[in-house]
Amino acid sequence: MASLLTQKSLVIGKLTKYVNDCAKRLSSHFIYYPDNEKPVSGETTKMNMMQAINNAMDITLRDDPTAVLFGEDVGFGGVFRCALGLQDKYGKDRVFNTPLCEQGIAGFGIGLATAGATAIAEIQFADYIFPAFDQLVNEAAKARYRSGGQFECGALTVRAPCGAVGHGGLYHSQSPEAYFAHTPGLRVVVPRGPIAAKGLLLACIRERDPCIFLEPKILYRSAAEEVPVEDYTLPLGKAQLLREGTSATLVGWGTQVHVLLEVAQMAEDQLGLTVDVIDLQSILPWDEDTVCNSVKKTGRCLIAHEAPLTCGFGAELAATVQVYTYLTCSTNNRTQLSQRSNNIKMEECFLHLEAPVSRVAGWDAPFPHVFEPFYLPDRWRCFAQLNKLLHY
Amino acid sequence: MALRAGVTFVKLNSLRQATRLLSTHTRPDVCQNGGTSEFPGAKAPYVNEIKFLNENSYDPIPIYRVMDSNGRIIDSREEPNIDKESLINMYRNMIQLNQMDKILYESQRQGRISFYMTNYGEEGIHMGSAAALSPRDLVFAQYREVGVLLHRGITVSELVNQCYGNCEDPGKGRQMPVHYGSKQHNIVTISSPLATQLPQAVGAAYALKRMPNNDRCVICYFGEGAASEGDAHAAFNFAATLDCPIILMCRNNGYAISTPSSEQYRGDGIAARGPAFGLHTIRVDGTDTLAVYRAVASARDLAVSNKPVLIEAMSYRVGHHSTSDDSSAYRSVEEIQKWAKDESPVQKLRLYLEGKGYWDAEAETQCVKEARDTVVRAMQDAEKKKLPHWKEMLEDVYYDMPPKLQKQMKQMEKHLEKYQEHYPLNKYLNE
Repeated sequence: MASLLTQKSLVIGKLTKYVNDCAKRLSSHFIYYPDNEKPVSGETTKMNMMQAINNAMDITLRDDPTAVLFGEDVGFGGVFRCALGLQDKYGKDRVFNTPLCEQGIAGFGIGLATAGATAIAEIQFADYIFPAFDQLVNEAAKARYRSGGQFECGALTVRAPCGAVGHGGLYHSQSPEAYFAHTPGLRVVVPRGPIAAKGLLLACIRERDPCIFLEPKILYRSAAEEVPVEDYTLPLGKAQLLREGTSATLVGWGTQVHVLLEVAQMAEDQLGLTVDVIDLQSILPWDEDTVCNSVKKTGRCLIAHEAPLTCGFGAELAATVQVYTYLTCSTNNRTQLSQRSNNIKMEECFLHLEAPVSRVAGWDAPFPHVFEPFYLPDRWRCFAQLNKLLHY
Repeated sequence: MALRAGVTFVKLNSLRQATRLLSTHTRPDVCQNGGTSEFPGAKAPYVNEIKFLNENSYDPIPIYRVMDSNGRIIDSREEPNIDKESLINMYRNMIQLNQMDKILYESQRQGRISFYMTNYGEEGIHMGSAAALSPRDLVFAQYREVGVLLHRGITVSELVNQCYGNCEDPGKGRQMPVHYGSKQHNIVTISSPLATQLPQAVGAAYALKRMPNNDRCVICYFGEGAASEGDAHAAFNFAATLDCPIILMCRNNGYAISTPSSEQYRGDGIAARGPAFGLHTIRVDGTDTLAVYRAVASARDLAVSNKPVLIEAMSYRVGHHSTSDDSSAYRSVEEIQKWAKDESPVQKLRLYLEGKGYWDAEAETQCVKEARDTVVRAMQDAEKKKLPHWKEMLEDVYYDMPPKLQKQMKQMEKHLEKYQEHYPLNKYLNE
């Protein structure tokens, strides 16, 4: 037993080092811009994103007796330590390992939610979520619709570490959000840092739709902020305007937001121009109003994401920006059929565009190992594209 | 280059030999621990000869029976204690199911509904299992388990409304026929992707287990074809490792559409997989309603004490796979006839009831007539009802309708204002 424990702690030590190294090795890819605004007042404590996620799950397990947390290696805290200490605190029947089987994890989570429990499932890497694709796309997303509202699995949240990490190669770097964005019934959310992660994860867990929460793994330890200690949520389906300007609109999510914030600073320093930077946060359903209002103001739009270009979520954003129609009222939650859709005013974004909508993304290749610096849509590729856009 | 590497290798090797010879160190013997291994992955003894195991290494798992083919009890100690009223109710539901299958199958042939799947030959599995469960137990079904729904008290009208997808269908006409579901009767809505319900059922069982003073379990039905899906593997393994109160009920009817079970697996059916996963397992004669009842009742006792159970109910799919299939293309009529007549679960239960003096030819005629009338009436009613409002097409995708979907609804509304004559709007509810 004792030797088992030493072994375990050795493994933990190695993992911790691995994650730290990852963050260090690619420190040149982006500079972290911490959130300065707090969503709620009150006591704060310094947390990195891993700790903020742990804190959100801790609050959930504390306040919701039906909530369970499960996945591969979750019992000892998870390979990224997000579940650290939770099994000791809440017991083995609430925080537990499953067999190594992603379709099983997703199906099991759907079942838990169907029977009235709050299910937080962890897929170890987003790259390994594809065996669960059928369960998430055919089952979770369609459960309420196909049963006429009799059954649903809205209490399911699937967490998965995503995105580039410096040397993750093909299967520890992917950003699969666009695959899920084509699935009505799912919510897909990506946070950019600890404050957002806590608020959005708590919102996902409580939301009455199944949510896929993609956590940019490079931020787990490299990002640290003063996070409010108390319980708070951030709205799903809402983007956040992080920096205001007049010359262009930059849209991204996850780690890429920090790249874009730096590009905005570069534009100001080197070109003397200011731009809007928007963190989309919710990939599906996404906040058309915030993005399109900004583009109407600036007349130029640049979208950046790590995932490959073709059919990446940027394509949906670019297409929508050009045919956008404005909705004056979007607050009729679960109202009668007859009352729906009476408050819509049409207004097009197309006439406000000064240049074609531009996308900077990963190349249409699998995510490579040694070529990562050339693959990512880094600050220089984004800046170059912004330059072209401004001089169009 | 290669040569040089070879020379270095030889040199190194001879050096190693020399070191070993010079060494004075002697290693103490490792304790043999009485011939048992200490690998964490298995509790097993060592052997000293090579012996591969295969599908013939174990006897086939026997098929549990209570009645013979003439409805006679084989061992009176095994006869379940079911009261007369319940037995008759089980049998009447079988007749009802047969009549509904017959008429709805025909109505599909006439183009009145788009699709149908019958339950012929598997009525015993439905009635035997449903009767052995509590109505509060949660059911996850594949699609060929309508008897379970009838036993739970879902009316023929409700089933027919689903097949027509009319405004009375709780599923709001969104799914194909036979994709039933009822929250009120604890029957989770059926979906087409095979075996997906299996790990879900296990998760639901885990949720029940965690409820205070749980006395409920989950039953999950699936065919032997679905058992080849990865999700079945996931479910068996999760059910066992997480100690879930679940009965995994396999209907092995010999075919998955045209694929015979000989092309589905090479082992001893589905049951042989149970012990390999650490599941309590039994194989039962699915044409023997009483044997299914006994097996499920005992399985339920195990399940509610958090010991998952696998039951393989052997049967034969007497009907075509669905209305889109002609099974004579891949099996003989003689084979079907044998199972339709001599080994029919309906006939076996009738003979048993007649032997007890609970049933006779007159009751049979009366029951068949009532059952047929019920279905015909339900269909006449269902056909008169309008389909749901077209806007139901966009409801229930999310709990709250997202702005984009609201816009799409508005778009369609505007489109219909202008082009309504090109759409069958008069068939649908209008506000």
